[in-house]
Amino acid sequence: MKIEITANAFNPWQQLQSYEKILNDKYAGVYGAANIFVGTMRNYNEGDTVQSLFLEHYAGMTENYLAKVSKIALERWEIIDTLIIHRVGEIHLGETIVLIATWSGHRQAAFESCRFLIEELKSHAPFWKRETLQNNSVRWVKG
Amino acid sequence: MTITVKFFASLREQVGKTETQIEFSDSLTVNKIWQQVTANKVLPKHILVAVNQEYASQDTTVKEGDEVAFFPPVTGG
Repeated sequence: MKIEITANAFNPWQQLQSYEKILNDKYAGVYGAANIFVGTMRNYNEGDTVQSLFLEHYAGMTENYLAKVSKIALERWEIIDTLIIHRVGEIHLGETIVLIATWSGHRQAAFESCRFLIEELKSHAPFWKRETLQNNSVRWVKG
Repeated sequence: MTITVKFFASLREQVGKTETQIEFSDSLTVNKIWQQVTANKVLPKHILVAVNQEYASQDTTVKEGDEVAFFPPVTGG
């Protein structure tokens, strides 16, 4: 299980490759399915053109919350491991905001647990988005 | 007794502070703390509350050294 909150831009596919190398030391041949969710910064929201995003979080509580839901997922489904990486700070168009991955023997557990993690993250993990629109006005995204 | 109170995102901007400490002698609920730091404003129902970095309710009682946080609905992911 890995939880990381980072202010640095990251490539989700490189992160996955690195993490699977570690995972394979222990679990090569044990898992047969991986489910991946990647959330990316887009250039529109609620009918407006967005040029950038700032992501704030509650340091400590956010990590604890994500660890808690990861443990729930590991208990609820027959999955081998979970990975969550989430950006904070200034984010530009096309950059990855969040990467979630789950690994399991068969696809159903990987699909369902990955969906569970992103939905829990979006509805309860203490992150807040503030977007800068094309006309340079700034607004907090409504939850 | 002293507790730390934190505000996040749009709520921090509305309240005008990131963090404050309050002193009190009796046991206090989260709701009373909100009233103390906002000059008796009503705590809006959509505002979320955490005590010691765990979700809590307006009726949760706090104790010496606790960290109480108020924040708007979350928008990560």
